Parts: sequence; structure tokens; C-alpha cells
Amino acid sequence: MNIAGRAHCFGDDINTDYIIASKYKTASLDPRDLARHLMEDIDPGFGQRVRPGDILVAGKNFGCGSSREGAPLVIKAAGIGVVVAPSFARIFFRNAINIGLPVFICDTAGISTGDDLEFDLEAGTGRNRSTGALIEAAPLPRVMINIVRDGGLAAHIRKHKTFQVA
Amino acid sequence: MAGKTISETILSAKSKSDARAGDIVVAALDLTYSHDGNRPLAMDLLTSMGTDKVWDPARYILFLDHHPSPNALSAAAHTKLRDFAIQQGVRLYEMGDGISHVILPERGHIAPGDLVIGSDSHSCTGGALAAFTTGVGSTDMAAAMATGQLWMRVPETILVRCSGVLPGGVAAKDLALAIAGRIGADGANYMAIEFAGSTIEALSMDGRFTLTNLAIEMGAKAGLIGTDAVTEAWLDGRLTRPWAHVAADADAVYARIVDIDASTLTPRIALPHNVDNVVAIEDLPRTRVHQVVIGTCNAARESDLAEAARILKGKRIAPGVRLIVTPSSRDTMVASMQSGVLATLVQAGAVIATPGCSGCAGGCHFAVPDVGENVLSTANRNFKGRLGNAESFIYLASPATAAASALTGWITDPREEFRA
Repeated sequence: MNIAGRAHCFGDDINTDYIIASKYKTASLDPRDLARHLMEDIDPGFGQRVRPGDILVAGKNFGCGSSREGAPLVIKAAGIGVVVAPSFARIFFRNAINIGLPVFICDTAGISTGDDLEFDLEAGTGRNRSTGALIEAAPLPRVMINIVRDGGLAAHIRKHKTFQVA
Repeated sequence: MAGKTISETILSAKSKSDARAGDIVVAALDLTYSHDGNRPLAMDLLTSMGTDKVWDPARYILFLDHHPSPNALSAAAHTKLRDFAIQQGVRLYEMGDGISHVILPERGHIAPGDLVIGSDSHSCTGGALAAFTTGVGSTDMAAAMATGQLWMRVPETILVRCSGVLPGGVAAKDLALAIAGRIGADGANYMAIEFAGSTIEALSMDGRFTLTNLAIEMGAKAGLIGTDAVTEAWLDGRLTRPWAHVAADADAVYARIVDIDASTLTPRIALPHNVDNVVAIEDLPRTRVHQVVIGTCNAARESDLAEAARILKGKRIAPGVRLIVTPSSRDTMVASMQSGVLATLVQAGAVIATPGCSGCAGGCHFAVPDVGENVLSTANRNFKGRLGNAESFIYLASPATAAASALTGWITDPREEFRA
């Protein structure tokens, strides 16, 4: 699966409240409605500026905080193709894989907002077309690859009735 | 072969394998639970797993804790949860019963050695009973509701060894914040934390829950404390099924050991907008407080409210300050009414909120601060916008610091009150 797009850079420890403020949890149940509030408290207007296919680039510990699956769902609904960070908070990481939002673990220090990035998610490789730098991803555990290949956790469970870890 | 950590011990038993840090296992769950706060609801995803039945209705519990003052949308969600509970035959705790993470241990739903998941990040709280309890998202929860299992990576463990007696006016919350400051917001990501040492042994269960509740703010999957006489006394009369003590092996292998000298600790404050942005209270510049919250699953248990009442007894909070007290559960509220603690707090100027998540997250539509205001809270999160206004500032502290600060209108060292 290949993804190419424009980078939007954020810092370290971007928590789920910043991704989608908890005050909107009772405002709407539809991630598409909520997408315009993406990152609103730390970058007002981002939800309006972001375009389908754009790439969200962040520092360490992306998605820390709450277990709300709304966080990856709203990112996906905004049309973000892949979230790229050197590390992800555990619950967000599982949630993203489970709902089919691609994540890519790699060093993001050399990426700037506006850079043109491309990724081969299967191969775990990428390239910053603006700087020419090559990017290599940390491998995913086998069970996560199986979930991604099956099209998300629901399809995985329907198919196997349990988790395929090998 | 080296000994096992508490996580390795529990996950070995639940996966019927010799589980070691780094292994991926499929483990059988003892208990699963969800609340009314997060969307999508796990119950709405259950049919996508190819079934319409919870695998074992006795092992799934629902809580209406996140929206104690519902708007039309959350009222509709409440109806849905109530209908689901009846249809599936699962237990539901109602609005006003309190916070899931507090009720579960209090009402004997968690035993040492259990493997428990909740669809909430603070599900790590139950680890104070040496149960492996952790948070997951709605899709993982739906898969668990369908199969009774979950895949897990067996975590490495950080051992936090705390020694010495906590000085007067310094609480479990101060210890928890000091540890969060040392480990950092992602210092324990994908890992478990075990809290041990003489300081922990001397802590009440209320204080232990405050510690394990904060484990997720360091990125941890679980925060665990081995069982002892304190656990045993607390479980007596609550837990009706048989249970066995759980401890790490003496030769367990730890990824890292962090030593904390509790005897020299002073009250701690987490500054806006990160939980690991922790300073000693004596290093804090004079800081105005507009609103004080004593609530949430971190530190609003019976002894926390009692500590606040001890400081506020016969006094009145400063003009212009709001004090909001949310007992963490119905049992906490009743005990605090019977002991006179709630009367003391109300006489001092407190507003008492419905037991539950009131005053923690903006989704509750409660205790929303104004632009530019400072809030001092006993909560576990101070993220920007957490209380529903991104232009306000949340400081985290112990119940004693919260009470002392409500009296003066400034962030105040409770040790001054302690001496008085």
C-alpha cells in the first residue's frame, strides 16, 4: 500500500484531548462532523486546512491520554493517509491498527511541514521527496500485520474467531 | 530460568504459557467493562465481530459515569446502555453510583491475579490489588466481548522502589506526581510499573489506587502493587470469591529500577498542560486559584475527602473561589455523609457534584472554567482544554493542597495547615 502526501508537523506527546477535544464527545457521534475540530485546541483551523491524503507527522508518544477510539477515527475521517511518529502511545497504536488508520514508526526529526512524503506501508520504507532522505520503519508485530491484512480487527475476528498471533 | 514480574506471572496463568516480557500471547479475560463516555460504543461494534452476544454476561459490566449531567445525545446513549444491559443480562451501574475504576474494587469485582480490561485509559487503577488491569479502545473491547480473549504483548516492567515515611502533609498523590515527573509522559510506554518498598507497604488502599491510577500518565499499560496484609484487610467483606496473594518473584527481571526517597518528599504540583510537568510546591511562584476540584478516579476516595475536611473544618473558602467536590462513588459519598465530612465541606463553601466523572473532562459539562482562569484539581490530567475551555490552566495536586489552596485563593503548601 503506497501513500504520498504533504506533511503537517506536530510536537511530542500529542494527546487524545488535543486530537479531538473531549467537549465534542457529546456534540456529535459522527467522525466526519468532528474532523473539522481535529487538533483545534493546539492548532485552530487545522481541521479546515487539512486535505485528503495529507500526512500527519509528530514527535514521540503520539496519541497519549484517553482510550477514545474517536481519536484515530477522526484523523481517518479528515482524510489523513498515515500518521508518522517515532513512538505511539500503546492504546492509540492498537486502536489505529484496529480501525484501519495506517501508522508508521520512524524518526521524524528531519521532516518539516509542507514536505512531500511517500511511504510503502507493506515494505516499511519511505522517502522525503523534498529533501531526498530515505525513511525506514520499525517492524510491526505479526498479529498486527495479520489484522491490517484482514482489513481491521472486526474482519480479523469474523475470519478467525480469535487472534492469529503467528 | 529467571523469576517473573507480577505481569509475567498473571499473563502466564491467563495464557497457559510461560509468558516473558516481549512475548505476544492470547490471554483469557476475567472481567471486561465499558462506560458511557467513548465513541464508538463497544456494544455497537459487537455485531461486526460476527456475534450479537457477550461471551459471558457475568464478565462484562457497564457504567454510566462519564455523563452525570447528560445532554440529549448522552441521555440517548444512556438509554442504549440500559437496554443493552437488560437484553444481554449484564450488570449496569447507574448514574450517581460513581466511577467504574473506583466501584470495581470497592464492590468486590476484582481479585488479585485477575486479568481485566476496560474501555478507558484509567483502567490501570485496579492494579493496586495486584490484578493486571488495562485500558483498550472500543474495537479491542468488542473483540473481547465476542471472544473472552485479547492479544497482548507481555510488558517489560519498571520497578519503582519507594522507601521512607511520607512527611506530614505529603500524600500518596504527591508521591505519584513525583514519580510521574521522574519517569515522564512516555517513560513507561508499552511497559508495566510495579510500585514496591516500605513507603508503599505503609500506604492505605486509597493511596495505592491513587498511585496505580497515574500509571497511564507515564504511558504504562499497568500499574501494579503486590498483595499484603493491607490488601487482605481491605478485601475482607468486599471480595466474596477465594483469592490468593500475588507478588513478583525475588529474582524477577526488571527493565529499569527507579529509587524514590519518600522521607524527603514535599508536596508536588503538575503545571499546565502536562502531567509530567511536575515541580515541588516550594519552587512554584505565587499562583492564583479560581476553582478547586476534589474529584476524579485519582484522589476523591473517603480518606481524600476526609483529609480535605480536616483542613477546611470550621473555616470558609476564600471569596471568589469555587470548590467543587465529587465523591468518587456512592459508597464514598454515603461514608462521607455519615462521618460528617460532607457537611464540613459544604459548610466551608463546597459544591457537591454527582459521584462520577464530574469535574474531570469537558464532556461532563460541569466545572467548566472561564478564559484565563486557573484550576487546581486532584485529577490525573491537566491537558489543555481538558475541562472544556482551552484558554484555562489546570494544576494537579493532592487533596490537602487543594483544600489549603481553596482557603487562601492561592496555591498553598498544606504543610502550613498541617502545622497549625
